[in-house]
Amino acid sequence: MSNNIDTTPVKLTAKDFASGQDVRWCPGCGDYSILAQVQRVLPELGIPKENIIFISGIGCSSRIPYYMGTYGFHSIHGRACAIATGVKVARPDLSIWVATGDGDAMSIGGNHFIHTCRKNVDLKILMFNNRIYGLTKGQYSPTTVKGQVTKSTPYGSVDYPFNPLSLALGSGASFVSRTADNDPKHMQEIIKRAAEHKGTAFVEILQNCVIFNDGAFDYITGKENKAEKVLYLKDGQPMVFGKDNSQGIKLDGFTPVIINLNDGVHSINDCWIHDEKDTSAARSFILAHMTDHPELPMPFGIIRQELKPTYDQGVTEQINAVIAKKGKGDLGKILFGKNTWEVS
Amino acid sequence: MAQEKEKEVLQLTEVTVRFAGDSGDGMQLTGSQFGDTTALFGNDLNTFPDYPAEIRAPAGTLYGVSGFQLHFSSQDIHTPGDSPDVLVAMNPAALKRNLADLKRSGVIIINTDSFDAKNLKLANYSVNPLEDNSLSNYKVYPVPITSLTASALKESALGKKDVERCKNFFALGLMYWLFNLPLDATQLWLKNKFSKNPEILSANETALKAGYYFGDATEIFENRYSVEPAKLPKGTYRNISGNEAAALGFLAASQISGIPLFLGSYPITPATDILQYLSGYKDFGVKTFQAEDEIAGICSAIGASFSGQLAITTTSGPGVALKTEAMGLAVMTELPLVIINVQRGGPSTGLPTKPEQADLLQAVWGRNGEAPIPVIAASSPTDCFYMAIEACKIAVKYMTPVMLLSDGYIGQGSEPWRVPSVDELPKFDVKFRTEKEGFAPYSRDENLARPWVRLGTPGLEHRIGGLEKANISGNVSSDPDNHDLMCKLRAQKIKNVQHDIPDLEVTGDKDADLLVVGWGGTYGAITEAIDRLRKDGKKVAQAHFKYLFPMPKNTKEVLTKYKTILLPEINLGQLAIMIRNEFLIPVEQLNLVRGLPLKSSDIEKKVLEILGGKK
Repeated sequence: MSNNIDTTPVKLTAKDFASGQDVRWCPGCGDYSILAQVQRVLPELGIPKENIIFISGIGCSSRIPYYMGTYGFHSIHGRACAIATGVKVARPDLSIWVATGDGDAMSIGGNHFIHTCRKNVDLKILMFNNRIYGLTKGQYSPTTVKGQVTKSTPYGSVDYPFNPLSLALGSGASFVSRTADNDPKHMQEIIKRAAEHKGTAFVEILQNCVIFNDGAFDYITGKENKAEKVLYLKDGQPMVFGKDNSQGIKLDGFTPVIINLNDGVHSINDCWIHDEKDTSAARSFILAHMTDHPELPMPFGIIRQELKPTYDQGVTEQINAVIAKKGKGDLGKILFGKNTWEVS
Repeated sequence: MAQEKEKEVLQLTEVTVRFAGDSGDGMQLTGSQFGDTTALFGNDLNTFPDYPAEIRAPAGTLYGVSGFQLHFSSQDIHTPGDSPDVLVAMNPAALKRNLADLKRSGVIIINTDSFDAKNLKLANYSVNPLEDNSLSNYKVYPVPITSLTASALKESALGKKDVERCKNFFALGLMYWLFNLPLDATQLWLKNKFSKNPEILSANETALKAGYYFGDATEIFENRYSVEPAKLPKGTYRNISGNEAAALGFLAASQISGIPLFLGSYPITPATDILQYLSGYKDFGVKTFQAEDEIAGICSAIGASFSGQLAITTTSGPGVALKTEAMGLAVMTELPLVIINVQRGGPSTGLPTKPEQADLLQAVWGRNGEAPIPVIAASSPTDCFYMAIEACKIAVKYMTPVMLLSDGYIGQGSEPWRVPSVDELPKFDVKFRTEKEGFAPYSRDENLARPWVRLGTPGLEHRIGGLEKANISGNVSSDPDNHDLMCKLRAQKIKNVQHDIPDLEVTGDKDADLLVVGWGGTYGAITEAIDRLRKDGKKVAQAHFKYLFPMPKNTKEVLTKYKTILLPEINLGQLAIMIRNEFLIPVEQLNLVRGLPLKSSDIEKKVLEILGGKK
């Protein structure tokens, strides 16, 4: 079986990717937008829908397979990556998508997540990050900000949160990106790029939970803040942001600093040029950790893309190589082993 | 000096030998080589590796002793032997740990070089047992194995440490001489193993031969012994362990069904061998995924099963505990999956390298919710092959996870196997759903199994998951009546497996008052006990469960025929609980949870107690 996903063009529309089941998220939930963008992008990939599989764990995000018109598996808490790995290794010709959340992927499923990234299994992982446990009604998650009052932290959380991009980078994911539920065009673009990437593609989607963590990302993606607080990364382009792109990011040693492009001192030539395929992991981590500094804008887009052979491809190639060398195995022969004797 | 006269060779029917030494002394290798040679010679054979959980415990200590017991015979045998006739003790700790098991007047071959003050102290001997007459009830053969090996290898370019490590081959050579066995199988093994390391190859070969010639030359042995080949059914034989047999069984199931095999697994003693064997079958296209943990092991297998492949996961008790939630997912999603549990001593980490049968109730009842799965058990090393195929067949036919129970003894122990030809293997037909018309993910066939769809089949796109399913459509449903119906359907489906399993067979004296019932790896010990009791004129019947859930249809009929039922188990009475619960009949128990296979003598003793001297 080849590791190439068949992309002979088939004409499908977003409707083909709806299952017809009633969607049961809360009104106003960011998940609606994610579902819509996914259904919009998939027809553009040209992959027959029977070859697309959605696998999820547990949580609000993980209901997505029920709403997709593809094959789907709504599994158990945290295990989506492990199940998806089994599917991908068994059937490398299929396009496998994991829908997960911050609790599902980074807490109970943390081990599976990091090892999937490490192995570079060819999976598209969409992590809906709402920084809260929604389905259990509002406990803090591993991405909840320190000090936040939630149902299980009435006096504020004392935990340090994970930085999802940094965790994915540190685990070796070959495609690491970020987008947000209220940025549909950008999300479509990123999902499409993730789909086209061969290897573990991690997409952090900032997602608003209207019930338990409403407005958690307003300081970044809110209408009045977005221009100043979102840095859209474009490959090969200088990092600029702000109204009329009046500000830029300069890399001062290992420190990203904001420069004013209209101050007569700095120009666009001082800006850090984004390189998705930067060979320096250090610079990728600097981008990921800009999130930790509220004075800096938050990078959106593709932080890093690395092209390297995938795990599933390695498995297939090794089998092919052994068969090429030894020939196809013969059951009749192997049962006898190396040492036999006759009883007559 | 060397005797001119050939020493007299005494014929024996059966012998039990135990090799014991430090865990770094190579006792497992020595024992398995000796076993392979007796098997190739044509003896019936049964082996039991008994080793500590530590890889290289400090040398000379009591807890670092590693043993390998084997029983070979000119007759049909089923156990590794209750008590050794011959003990090879490579150091004082090995002697101390194993002496009590040895038969009265048994033979002890002792490596005297290791009986120095330091090693005696490590073994808690205040006086050297070679000097205080404490071994006078045994036939002791003191042999300076280490120094004889060193002098045989004085020409070798190897360093002192490497030379010393050859001493197990000296001991092996001596045992080959003593039991009149050929060296060639071990020589061939050495040639293959060390083809890239001629120095080590030659040193081990020299040590092996030196041991053999030492037997010939020394005057300490009065005789040699010989065990005639056994009269086994006609055919081609090999020696095989239960774990290798299970690996081949899974491979065979995949080959005869034509479905690719996927193993998701995490290393765990004593099940790891199966992962290792299967990872070598790449030329058959077998995919093995060594996962990040036990949970990912089973979950990846569930994914492979969802995709339409023959999926298995291998583990032992603690691993089953971790896989439990995922097993429930496979029950809910009704996907075929085989979980093999090579049972070890528990609870918790327990006795990682020792056999036990205490995971039966976990296998049958150990999941949240009403989550029935078929549970079957292999009864001997070679039976692991057939039960692995059987587990796959049931899983696929009934679209269900199946638990196959093995244990550390039959998994790691070995016996001769009459190798079947491929056309002797059971038929294994699989049907994947492809027709769109009338497809519903939770529609059912006559056995109540739902359809299996290969991912990528156009028009059959559907969603499954851990939430309760609506009957037929498979949509998410929390309707009370639907849940009640689905629980009952899932239970009935597993009950239907009864239609596919053979009746519980009674052997021995069918008209006896006493029926000895067992399951799994105790088959050999019970069979040998009953053979001996019947030879002594006692009337006893035997029945052995290989299908534990559901049980064979005739179980009640069989069990109610007998006045007394004795149930020996290596647990505190788990099958006894199930039988009492299911059939409301009393059961006598024999429970020994020592991390060892049951001894046939323990069973004999208990039977005699029950029979009270009655013939």
